[in-house]
Amino acid sequence: MIEVKNIYKTFYVPHEVKALVDVSNKIEVGEVVVVIGPSGSGKSTFLRCLNRLETADHGQILVDGVDIFDPKTNINTVRAEMGMVFQSFNLFPHLSILGNVTIAQKLVRKRSKKESEEKAMMLLEKVGIGDKAHAHPANLSGGQQQRVAIARALAMDPKIMLFDEPTSALDPEMIGEVLDVMKTLAQEGMTMVCVTHEMGFAREVGDRVIFMDEGMVVEEGTPEHFFKNPVNDRTKLFLKQIL
Amino acid sequence: MELKASNIKRLSNPTAYNLSVLGFIAFVILVVGSVYYATITVEYQWRWFKIPKYFMYQETIRLYAEEDGEIDTIKENGKKIDILIQQEDGLKTYTVPKGSFNWDEGDMTSHGDLIAEYSGSWRMGLMALGVLTTLKISVIATILGIFLGIIGGVARVSDTPVLKWSAITYVEIIRGSPLLVQIMIFYFVLGTTINKILAMNGLPTLDPEWYGIAALSIFTGAYVVEIVRAGIESIHPGQIEAARSSGMNPFQTMFHIILPQALKTILPPLAGQFINLIKDSSLLGMISIRELTKATREGITTSLQTFELWILCAILYLIMTFTLSMFVQWLERKGARR
Repeated sequence: MIEVKNIYKTFYVPHEVKALVDVSNKIEVGEVVVVIGPSGSGKSTFLRCLNRLETADHGQILVDGVDIFDPKTNINTVRAEMGMVFQSFNLFPHLSILGNVTIAQKLVRKRSKKESEEKAMMLLEKVGIGDKAHAHPANLSGGQQQRVAIARALAMDPKIMLFDEPTSALDPEMIGEVLDVMKTLAQEGMTMVCVTHEMGFAREVGDRVIFMDEGMVVEEGTPEHFFKNPVNDRTKLFLKQIL
Repeated sequence: MELKASNIKRLSNPTAYNLSVLGFIAFVILVVGSVYYATITVEYQWRWFKIPKYFMYQETIRLYAEEDGEIDTIKENGKKIDILIQQEDGLKTYTVPKGSFNWDEGDMTSHGDLIAEYSGSWRMGLMALGVLTTLKISVIATILGIFLGIIGGVARVSDTPVLKWSAITYVEIIRGSPLLVQIMIFYFVLGTTINKILAMNGLPTLDPEWYGIAALSIFTGAYVVEIVRAGIESIHPGQIEAARSSGMNPFQTMFHIILPQALKTILPPLAGQFINLIKDSSLLGMISIRELTKATREGITTSLQTFELWILCAILYLIMTFTLSMFVQWLERKGARR
């Protein structure tokens, strides 16, 4: 589904940071990939490269065989197939919840008002906030906002969902409700790439865990292998610090 | 009072508060009174009673005899009266209201005699016409200015050099010279050229008003560009990322996500800009557009009521700008309630 071939990315502002160094990976259909690592390890940059929110300096990313860094590629059609959920939700504050979930359907998928609203209501029910459809984002709790953000991404019928630390900005008691929605998605067979600090989620739902440090993939494997028998010293150290 | 609790000490004693209000009123009366007294000292004759005619007046119609002649008949014609005058080339009829003349049958009239004088219809006075012209110019220039400003503002934040640099050039050139000079260039340089080209091709030429409106809207547009840019840049980048990652193109992102949010932050500075526009329109008198300021000057030339008319002129501008400012505050509150 997604093939990452030797990508490099260096940031020069505010100071030089090698965010990605020769990262390669292959994400298969239906796979749940969890990316973990200390902060500044390049895991968010890796995720943001997958839908070209960041452009890699070198290397190639093929999404269903399409090179997304090729200037001839229409990135909007590629992005329409990839849902993204952000750490800070990024709901549109000037639109109602329903408006948030329907706007891209109308503009990008060219669905009618009725069709997009039906789809939106179905998804809002699914994530458990159907009754808030006409509220504005500012009136929702963080957990509710993040669930709306997931519904907004799902409304486009994406083939893959990208999660960029979806629970990091939430109060502890709200993390569960968001993780539950993500677990349901994984069980339904959605292809997912999650950058997260939730080790429980990684262990329970992940098909594969990627551990990144200093812009490199240090270790990867199944959750059992990763959490029980890590090989690399840095992995061991990281796990010791967080578990 | 309780609702606005703060730790800043306020006048809590009602008597002290009321005294303070009285103090303010006394201060205003003192200032106005002193000015009035000073004008009396220099023997200025205030004639406010002559002012209403600058808004509405009933025109006076005077009919004069065109030739020598003799009044032949005076007869009723419905509610009016026909005066038939025998002149060299035959009978001539003047239809006038009752009581507007002082002639009898058989009277001789000579060329230039006043035959009748009566009141015609109500007409708008000089100042009212001036206000209307100022309003018309301001409304058109505001609409064009917003249009230019949004296009320029979007171009200003674009990554494409042709758009970005064009916007920067526009803003820097327009903000770097006085409006009066720009109005002169628009009228005397561009206006002359364009009107000549139009005339050479047998087309009707444009009124100075349109060159004035063009100058004002282009001037205001340059400031609006910077306001719109600041508004766009105040939107969190996450909003753009969220919109783009759901497949929206840059155009959709701008017009459906960023600008609607930016509008809320840019509304107050935008209002200030358009209040300036109303006031700046007073410069258009320089290119013979009879807006409020020019109308005032013309009124003074004929009536010599310098003090009244200039004060009136200022008050009329104040009414226009204050109304606009109230309207924008209402819009803001409406926006904030959502």
